[in-house]
This record gives sequence, structure tokens and C-alpha cells, in this order.
Amino acid sequence: MSFSDHFPVLVVLIPLLAAPLASLFTKGRAAWALALAATWASFLISCLLLKQVLTTGTVRYYMGGWKPPWGIEYRVDVLGGFVLLIVTAIAALVLTFGRRSIKSDLPEGRRSIFYAAFLLCFTGLAGMTITGDAFNVFVFLEISSLSSYALISMGRDRRALNAAFQYLIMGSIGATFILIGIGFLYMMTGTLNMDDLAQRLPAVSDTNTIRAGFAFLTVGFGLKLALFPLHLWLPNAYAYAPSAVSAFLAATATKVAIYSLLRFLLGIFGFGFALGAMPFDMILIGLGLAAILSASLVAVFQKNVKRMLAYSSVAQVGYIALGIGLASQTGLSAAVLHLFNHAMMKGALFMALGAIAFRIGSSRIENLAGLGKRMPFTMAAIAIAGLSLIGIPGTAGFVSKWFLVLGTLEQGLWPLAALILFGSFLALIYVGRILEAAYFGTPKDGIEAREAPIGMLIPIWILVIANIYFGLHTDFSYGLAERAVADLLPAARATVDAAEVMP
Amino acid sequence: MLLTCLAITALVAIRRNDLFAVVMLFGIYSFLTAVLFMNLHAVDVAFTEAAVGAGISTVLMLSTLRLTKRYEAARRRNPILPLLVVGVTGAALVYGMLDAPRFGDPMAPVHQHMAPRFVQESPTEVGVPNMVTSVLASYRGYDTLGEVMVIFTAGLAVLLLLGIREGQNHRLGRLAIGDTLVLRVVVKVLIAFIMLYALYVQFHGDFGAGGGFQAGVIFATAFVIYDLIFGEADARRVMPTHWLGRLAAMGIFLYAGTGVASMFLGHAFLDYSALGHDPVHGQHLGILLIELGVGITVFAVILTIFHAFSGMRRPDQVS
Repeated sequence: MSFSDHFPVLVVLIPLLAAPLASLFTKGRAAWALALAATWASFLISCLLLKQVLTTGTVRYYMGGWKPPWGIEYRVDVLGGFVLLIVTAIAALVLTFGRRSIKSDLPEGRRSIFYAAFLLCFTGLAGMTITGDAFNVFVFLEISSLSSYALISMGRDRRALNAAFQYLIMGSIGATFILIGIGFLYMMTGTLNMDDLAQRLPAVSDTNTIRAGFAFLTVGFGLKLALFPLHLWLPNAYAYAPSAVSAFLAATATKVAIYSLLRFLLGIFGFGFALGAMPFDMILIGLGLAAILSASLVAVFQKNVKRMLAYSSVAQVGYIALGIGLASQTGLSAAVLHLFNHAMMKGALFMALGAIAFRIGSSRIENLAGLGKRMPFTMAAIAIAGLSLIGIPGTAGFVSKWFLVLGTLEQGLWPLAALILFGSFLALIYVGRILEAAYFGTPKDGIEAREAPIGMLIPIWILVIANIYFGLHTDFSYGLAERAVADLLPAARATVDAAEVMP
Repeated sequence: MLLTCLAITALVAIRRNDLFAVVMLFGIYSFLTAVLFMNLHAVDVAFTEAAVGAGISTVLMLSTLRLTKRYEAARRRNPILPLLVVGVTGAALVYGMLDAPRFGDPMAPVHQHMAPRFVQESPTEVGVPNMVTSVLASYRGYDTLGEVMVIFTAGLAVLLLLGIREGQNHRLGRLAIGDTLVLRVVVKVLIAFIMLYALYVQFHGDFGAGGGFQAGVIFATAFVIYDLIFGEADARRVMPTHWLGRLAAMGIFLYAGTGVASMFLGHAFLDYSALGHDPVHGQHLGILLIELGVGITVFAVILTIFHAFSGMRRPDQVS
């Protein structure tokens, strides 16, 4: 095997090996440098891997040399490669941003272990993204979950401990449900490989066991991806976690959970069963709408900007769920595209907030007053990413909402389109509150603020520029999303046909 | 019968507010589960459950209990919603089992699809008599690496939250359990046997039930007992805490390094066939190495977690 054949495993293996090494360093700075190198290496490899997938088709890697279904397979298709690119890029950017921010959030004695936990969380998310084995998803989910509980609990505020504990309980229930679901599938098919499951499921899909397995899996992933009304752990977790952790998790963790749900829905159960035979598409649309409206409304009244953005994340997950629920090429592509766009906006927003917290030690809205003049570059970043969050034309956020609205109109669902626009209006209000305070408020006495250091601004602005770039050029992002969904759908159609042929 | 005992234990554990009794009931629960696994002929799983669930978890929970109060505060929460959630989950589980293959049905898909190859081919492909070991360590060796990472992550999480206090051996000279001569002599003799047994479990995993996970736990138990009887200071002199972190990392390097070695030899990650002059020999060597890696990491992490909890001061000792 040549070097490039090992790309799929290397993306995950590099941070996996860097994590224990980082934990041995006594100097936080050395651990940071190692983590930074590992994430950038992973990112570069994932770029090469995506290129490989786009030219030669799905890339497969057999762990231990055992062919599936006996061994574990890594399987990278367009969707997997795309999500992997998001995860690795955000990890690399957040770590580039994070050294000073983490230095101010954590005591020196814990920093190297913190970086090790960060790398483990990244390892888990990357592993979940490209594995082709249902049980392997669970194992890497556990790695990423356990480490993210620990990361969240490191917040400066004591309430971080409570938030992490709440997430631990909800997340463990989610993981257990996922495990039970996988167990039911295994019981009826005798296999754990995703492709093999997809082949063997239609024959037994009309059984209580598979239906129960489906329910357990969707509720389990629903908890992990903070689908309304299972989102209660998210606002506190993101609000009280260290800034770098909020930025990383908000941009990647829910995304990977949504991706895994899509994998199970379309890649294993098949389009016909998951979104046709089950009334799951209607449920997703309903819950998505509820999330958009309720979470946006709650966000409007938040005083802590981090918490506001966390509620906004719940709403954005709602848009994605709605797109999936539309169960059409356009709707699903819009959902996948929004995965990518939302990672860029929330990454930029949470990092910019981290820069503010680094300078003024707070992220409460009244303390932001007058920052537009004192931290012009940071606030400009928040403004542009905020516009993208609302969905103003010329930004990435506009593109995904545009296709989402197109998807609803295709099916003649006018009221849905109107409600999506209303959701954007609510986003306008809460983003407007931040900008109003920053640009028109009078600075509070006693708060010193200078522009954030350049090392923080560069990664923030890379994402901000990406928000504009992908708002104007949709070939790469929407093209990939469309291709990724098209790859999943025909296979799904074939299984539907097979199911119909059989009595 | 066993299931009924299990249900009763669980119910009593929920009702009691004496946490010490609850911890003991958890131990009983785990032990019953282990017996149940044994009854299902899942010897390796039973062994793990007994060592981890009934053994070391109980010790860890007790050392946590030392830090808090023995009795649970009266709860004020409304139990309706949790009860509803549990009820629905239970109903879904029963609903799912209605169409499941009958218990022990040889025609069930799990016995028909992958299992035949594991049963028939693994003795010649992997060459290890214990099929469970071939599946865990070779066919699905990557999952096992993932599990070791989960354990390592747990250790890191505890370190991040609690940290290990070094240099201030506040239990110096004071024995954890009263000054009992008989206990000290018995334990001193016992420790040698525990360690020997752990090594047996470690290296005999290819042939019978056992392997790195169980061995690591048992080996850690020897140190835990020493710590309990002879005090923390003595135990830490034998195994300094800063070495535990290095050991935990070393176990992972050994495991993943074995996989990387096969990559350098032109095979896939964790393809041990590359390591020997013939594939079966390579598989043997690979499994030996990765099981050793598992054992070292599990041992170090368990002991780390124990130290993190036992090293914390009680609230009344702080003042």
C-alpha cells in the first residue's frame, strides 16, 4: 500500500496519537504546538482525501486488512469527505485562535491535559465521520462525548460544572439509546457494516424490532444533535464552556451528530423506509419549525451573548432538520449546505466572542457597549458573520436559506417558506441587539478594551471571508452538497424498489 | 430467577437513601449480571463485568463516598416525567423484542451471517484458540483501540476535574484501615498472588477467558489494596503518580504503534499478518503486543482515578 492509501486512517490516527503525547508535556505551550501541528496535518490530509474521493469515487480502507463485514471499514464518500473537511478545518482554526484564550481560561497545570482532551474530542468526531461500521460510530461517539464533557467543565464560571453534568446525563442517555438501536439492528441482520446492513435490512424491515431500533437511534442522535425538544443541555453547555471549546463544539459536534443521523437514515435504513414508510419526515419538519421559532424567540431575550448564540444554534439545527424532513434532493442538499455554512458562521461568531471575553472578561450584552470603536476588527467580524446568520444576500447564510425556501416551494409548502423567513426576521432582531450595543451604546466605565491580538484575528477573519466567499461562489459548497445527496439517494431508491418488488 | 434478583436489587437500590448500602447493592447487581453473562456462555464478558463492575467500580464508588455524606438528601423533584420516560423506553424495548429471534435460536441472523467465519476460519486465519480474543483483538481490533481511548479519555477527564495532589501525602503514617497486624500480613501475601493472577489473565487471554482489560483491572487492584492497608504514602512510593500518566500513554503507543508498524510493512493499519514470517505468527505477535498495551493503559488509568479520588481531602479535614 502506498502512502496515499493510508489517508483515511491517518486523519484520525494523527490526533489519536498526538493526544497521549500532549498529555505528557508539562508546558502548556508545547502541548498546544503539538495539537496545532496534529490538527493542521489532519486538515491537509482531509483536503487530499476529498480530492481523491472526487476524482476516483468512494475511498475504502480495511482496518487490520479484514474485509467487511468481518472487519471494520473506513468508507469516505462525498458527504463524509465534506463533513470531515468541515471538522478538521474548524479544529485547526480554533486551535490557532485558542492559545491565548485557553491560557486565560485555565491554570498552567491543566493546560496540556486540556489540549489532549481537545485532540481526543477531535479524534472522536473525525472517526465518527468516516467510519463505515455502525458499532465503530458508537465507540468514537463515546470518545468525543466523554472528552467534550470534560472540556465544557473547564469553563471559568462554576456553572460550567453543572452544565457539563447536565450534558453528561443527557448525552449518556443518547449514547445508550444509540447502542440499543445498533443492538436491535445487529440482532435482526447479524452485521454491523453499514453497507451490509443496508443490503440486509429490507428483508426484515417490516418487523417491530427494526422499527424500535429506528426509534432508539433517532431519539439517541436527536439528543446528541440537540433536536427540539431534546436540546435542553445545549444552551448552558455552550454558554459556560471555555471560549475555544464553545467555538469548536458549536461548529462541529452537532454537525457530526446530524451527519451520523443522515448516514443511518439514508445510508442504512434507506430513503423509502426512513422518510417514506415512517412518518419521520413530517415529525422532522414539525420539530424543525418548533426549534426555529421557539429557540430564536428565546435567543432574542438573552442577556449573555454566548447563550444567545447557543439558542441560535438550536434554531439552526431546526433549519437543517426541516431540510431533511422535506425529503427531496433540494431540501436535503440545503440541509447539508447549511451544515457547512452554519459551521463557518458559528465558528467565527464564537471565536470573535472568545476574543472579546479575552479582552473584557465578559460576554454580557451590556458590557459590549461601545466595542465597535475599541475592537473594530473583532466587531466587524461579528457583524458580517451575524449578517450571514440572518441570511442577508451576499453571505453564505443566504445561500442555504435560499435553497431551503426553494425546497419548500417545490412542494408547494408556502406557509413553511413564510415561517423560515419569519425565523430570519427573529435572527435579525437578536443579531441587531448585539450590533446596536456595540456600535451605538456608550462604553461602560471601568471596562478596558483593546483590539484582539492578531493571532486571534487571523483565524476569525479566515472564517468571515469564507462566509462572504461562499455567499458569492456556490459551485464548491452547493455543488458538493448536491453531489453528496445525489450519491445517497439513488442507492436509497434502489432499496425502495427492491422492497416494493418483494411482497 | 437471576433476572428477578436483578430487578429486585435495582429497585431496592433506587429506594434506599443509605448510599453505602446502594454501593453494595450495585456490586451485587454487577455480580448478578456477571453470573447472567456466564449463563449465556459469554465468559469473557462475565469476567470483565465481575472485575470492573463488581470489583473496581465498587472501590471507586466507596472512595467517592468518603468525600461526601453517607445519606442522600431528601429529593424534591417531581418523579412523573422521569417515570414516563422510563415507561416509554421500557415499552419500546418490549415492543422491539416481540419480533426478535427466539432466545438461543441457532437460525438467528447473528449466528448465520458473520459468526460462521469467526468460528470456522479464525483458528486458521488468526490462530488463537479463544475466538472472542481473535474478534476483539484482530477482526475488530480497531474498535478495541477505540475502547482503550475511551478509558484513557476517562482518566484525562478525572485528572482535568480533580487533579492528583502530589507531594502532600496527608495520609502519611496514618493507616486507612486500623492497625491490624493480621490484615497486613494477609494482604502482603495476597498481593503477590493477585499480581501473578493478573499476569496469567494477561498472557493467557489467547487461550481462555481474559485479556488486557481484565488483567489491567486486577493488577490495579493489587495496588489499591496496598494503598488501603499501608496508606497512600507507601503506595505512591512504589508507583509514583507521575509515572501513571506515562504508563497510560505508553500503553496506547504500544497498541497504535503495533498498527503503525504494520503500515510501514506495507499492510493496512493493525494488520498484524505483516509482523511475522507467516501471517498466523504475525497475528500471534500482534495480539500479544496490543493486549499488553491494553493492560498497561487500563492499569494506569484505573489507578490514576483511584488516586484522584482517594487523594482528595474530606470536607472536615480541610479545616
